[in-house]
Amino acid sequence: MTERVLTARFQTPDSHRLSTYQADGGYQAAKKALSMKPGEIIDLVKASGLRGRGGAGFPAGLKWSFVPKDSDKPKYLCINADEGEPGTFKDRYLMELDPHAVIEGAMIAAYAFCANHAYIYVRGEFKLPMMRLEAALEEAREANLIGRNILGSGYDLEMWVHPGAGAYVCGEETALIESNEGHRGMPRLKPPFPAVVGLFGGPTVVNNVETLAYVPHIVNRGAEWFGSLGPEKNGGTKLYGVSGHVKKPGLYELPMGTPLNEIVFGVCGGMRNDRKLKAVIPGGSSTPVLTADEIKVNMDFDSLAKAGSMLGSGAVIVMDEGTCMVRVAMRLAKFYDHESCGQCTPCREGVPWIRKILVRIETGRGCRQDPKLLLELCDNIQGNTVCPLGDACAMPIRALVTKFRDEFDAHIEKKQCPIGGFQNPWPSIKIQACKVS
Amino acid sequence: MIEKIAIGPETEKAIAEIIARYPVPEAALIPALHKVQDELGWLPLEAIDWVAGRLSLPKARVYGVVSFYTMFRRSKPGRHRLEVCTNLSCSLMGGEHLRDYLCEKLKIQPGQTTSDGRITLTEVECLGSCGSAPVMLVDDAFYENLTPETVDQILEQLHQKETRGGVS
Repeated sequence: MTERVLTARFQTPDSHRLSTYQADGGYQAAKKALSMKPGEIIDLVKASGLRGRGGAGFPAGLKWSFVPKDSDKPKYLCINADEGEPGTFKDRYLMELDPHAVIEGAMIAAYAFCANHAYIYVRGEFKLPMMRLEAALEEAREANLIGRNILGSGYDLEMWVHPGAGAYVCGEETALIESNEGHRGMPRLKPPFPAVVGLFGGPTVVNNVETLAYVPHIVNRGAEWFGSLGPEKNGGTKLYGVSGHVKKPGLYELPMGTPLNEIVFGVCGGMRNDRKLKAVIPGGSSTPVLTADEIKVNMDFDSLAKAGSMLGSGAVIVMDEGTCMVRVAMRLAKFYDHESCGQCTPCREGVPWIRKILVRIETGRGCRQDPKLLLELCDNIQGNTVCPLGDACAMPIRALVTKFRDEFDAHIEKKQCPIGGFQNPWPSIKIQACKVS
Repeated sequence: MIEKIAIGPETEKAIAEIIARYPVPEAALIPALHKVQDELGWLPLEAIDWVAGRLSLPKARVYGVVSFYTMFRRSKPGRHRLEVCTNLSCSLMGGEHLRDYLCEKLKIQPGQTTSDGRITLTEVECLGSCGSAPVMLVDDAFYENLTPETVDQILEQLHQKETRGGVS
């Protein structure tokens, strides 16, 4: 039986309240951390090998260590709760069901690099998570776990919820900072990196919710314990959000490195209606698709990178044999087109162009050169933009065109979609398609 | 058309509290716009002017932010808002079909409001609820694992709410 760490309290009644959290040992790690030197916490988290759960997998302790110690500017922690990557729905539950774990983790992180201000940037649609966080912050303030001279330690920390307003790009750390400052979410050119020049010009760390929720556990139980929960350099458990054509979609906490085929066919009960598996997107919509033959891969950062994809946010999207992969590509391109901030030409012009080509292939108006043109466009976008949103479109589109080329060619040859778009799960109800946009 | 707007004292107070959280007032822009929109239901130009005045920012600067973020409504919505997700995880489970079903039932296209001003239907991107797809927001509340039957029930409930309790 796998140990549940982040989700251990999810079933406890009133898990979001301070009294429940403290009865279960909550804020003990914060007390311990406040008795340590900030540098010791950074060393501990570095030794654990905790890697960022937002998508990039960057070592958290190393990120904290980049903050200059001698800076005379105020330092900031931004907690990235923008959770916009299609397929991802993990941080939402951490905030709803265990908000104090997020706050405690954030407090320890802020203490470790000597920040006195933290903002939890929550996507605007998440009303309940925001309410829970705000109520939890209020409780923490009253108990002197946030605020001035926390528990008599001399350390001050203010922490606030900052709502987003519907922009995927704000999940990118510099766009998030821009948005936190009250601007349009346009990513910044790096360097300077946020650790040096970030929020309000001060040294800033941006960490994902799930990453921070792990910090109290590492303080309590040590770096070795964390490392022992997963493969080398990929320690801990991971929240995997599974959606699509499986019998039991949902959020699962499993050891880092659990094989993907075990997640799909074991944990999630296999395919719906016992249909055949066609493909899996392993880490959110930006990660390259894996075919049914490629899913004997371990779900950790390094194994998926070796398999030509990414762990991303651990959002597993499962597709059965009846799924049209051109339609999937078209839908993803529509999303990235909608979300491009318009700052960089390759993304602003290239992504809508990709979408246009995919719409014409899907609607039977594609030409023979189109798949090649799609690949060329991907090559011209990837690596040529300020932020990774362009890459996030190019990577999955390239993988879909390459791995399912025969489907693209069949659309072009037959001048129609052989499947007819997404499957209607309610075939008994005739639904007239509205204008495809 | 010029909308006369009046921002209530509670919203004013909430915005003053939010401003105090940041080293510069302009950082309160997005939360302040949310507060004003929560009160008015949308952001008419006059509301944008009001926020600009409150934060001492140029109007164009505020409008630029309003137009960047999809949650800020620059036109008046119906009395209820349905926002249906059609991103990948939802559409694998019927999200696009639900959008079409709603279009058929309400006799409108996404982005439109019913002629009686009751319901605005919007197609939205991923709402972060993919494990319980398909999903839609009804006046900001999540409705998950939807089917045409549950959609019918939701529409019926909205109808009853209005006929029973007057305009809600």
